[in-house]
Amino acid sequence: MIKFTGVFKAFPKSGLALKDVSFHIAKGEFAFLTGHSGAGKSTVLRLIYAEEPVTSGEVRVSGFNVAEISRRDIPKLRRRLGIVFQDFRLLEDRIAEENVAFALEVTGARRAGIAARVMRVLTQVGLAAKAKAYPRELSGGEQQRVAIARALVNEPTVLLADEPTGNLDERATRGVFQLLRDINASGTAVVMATHDLDLVRQAPYRVIELQEGALVYDSGVDEPRDQAAST
Amino acid sequence: MKLVLREALLTFQRAPLLSALSVTTIAFSLFVVGLFGLVAVNLQQALSEVAERVEIVAYLLPGTPVETVTMAVKDIEAFPEVQSATYVTEDRALARARAELVEFRDVLQELERNPLPASLEVKLKPGFRDADHVNDVADRLRGFGFVDDVRFGRDWVEKLDRLRQLAAAVGLVVGAAFAVVAIIIIGTTIRMAVLQRSREIAIMRLVGATDGFIRRPFLLQGAIKGMLGGLVAVGLSFAAYTLINRWLFHAAFFSREQASAIVAFGTLIGFFGSSASVGRHLRRV
Repeated sequence: MIKFTGVFKAFPKSGLALKDVSFHIAKGEFAFLTGHSGAGKSTVLRLIYAEEPVTSGEVRVSGFNVAEISRRDIPKLRRRLGIVFQDFRLLEDRIAEENVAFALEVTGARRAGIAARVMRVLTQVGLAAKAKAYPRELSGGEQQRVAIARALVNEPTVLLADEPTGNLDERATRGVFQLLRDINASGTAVVMATHDLDLVRQAPYRVIELQEGALVYDSGVDEPRDQAAST
Repeated sequence: MKLVLREALLTFQRAPLLSALSVTTIAFSLFVVGLFGLVAVNLQQALSEVAERVEIVAYLLPGTPVETVTMAVKDIEAFPEVQSATYVTEDRALARARAELVEFRDVLQELERNPLPASLEVKLKPGFRDADHVNDVADRLRGFGFVDDVRFGRDWVEKLDRLRQLAAAVGLVVGAAFAVVAIIIIGTTIRMAVLQRSREIAIMRLVGATDGFIRRPFLLQGAIKGMLGGLVAVGLSFAAYTLINRWLFHAAFFSREQASAIVAFGTLIGFFGSSASVGRHLRRV
């Protein structure tokens, strides 16, 4: 599903962001990417959705060789992924259902089915009642639910979440996390970057920890994760 | 296609101020081009009115039979350059002199014998009213046996030629400069519209929109803005023309084709300006 093999990523100004990172996330798996800010969590995600080119090594995502992907194929890759950010990235001038429908429209989906599919995911994230609300009329947790609905509407095989609870209070955090777990339970792989260790401890999921660009711990292959969680 | 149109039109609704600003900027840029165009059109017309007076007069030997002249007039009118050839008899020449030269009326009344020769007045077609063609036709007229002398204002025709060349050169250079300035200003305006929506573009890319999908509404929107700007520019030019006509002097306005050309120019700049701006933006993100 997602396979990193000896991946390096260098930025012209800040130098090496990832050093020899290798891991494999299987279909339907839930994995946390942890580490301090600047450890390289977001960089890993950005390489997965081909926002940044790979410096060296191999990145395979859902059948695509991302290290050598052509510009033309990037949209095809992204349609298989759902992406959620800390800052939601909703279009402020469109209501919730338009924000979700947008993700279907750009893929050239048939108009007839769009409304029903949008309503279905909004119901799934618990926001059917606020379909007509603008993002500014929604709480942070609700906005993130709209963003998750947008990520889900294309029925992705993987959901990438970059600090999805970073801007939320505790209650909203629990709600969004539970939603991600439900999504995973229905078969979608979830890769969630977070530095919220409380959240990581709550669930028995795999933990991949980065430190200064290097993978220092992977509960999928290493010993019990209590070690890492305590560092 | 419907989606492209909807997205393009929604921009006007979502960012009315910026859209209005774009259209206004495009309109005024094109208005400057249009004003210059008006000057060019009027100069052109004034010159062609002057050029209409280009005339070659062939004075005939006394006693040339009317039939000979009538035959010759037919020949001359068959010249490709010639618009008309008019036979002016001695009597008509005198009558005309009496009518036009009022101060000599007395002298002309007392004449025992008509001293004025008969003549052929030859006018050229619009494209041939320059020194070269005039000389050429004059030479051919001299070839007729009954032609005594051929006159045309050589200096005057040559001056008119130079004036025309000057007007064309200035028109080309200044017109091109204005057009380039308009293109730059309009390009900048469109770039602003693209930057204003850069967040939206980034999100579209994240959810898997192709470059073509992102680009198309911008192209359509750019073309619409350019077209509206062009229409407003023609309107402003018409207002300027009306004012000049009423208060200053009698002026000419664009032909339907010329006005359409301004609108088409705006539409094209809008389209290609958007294409360049969005293309550059997409390559960088």
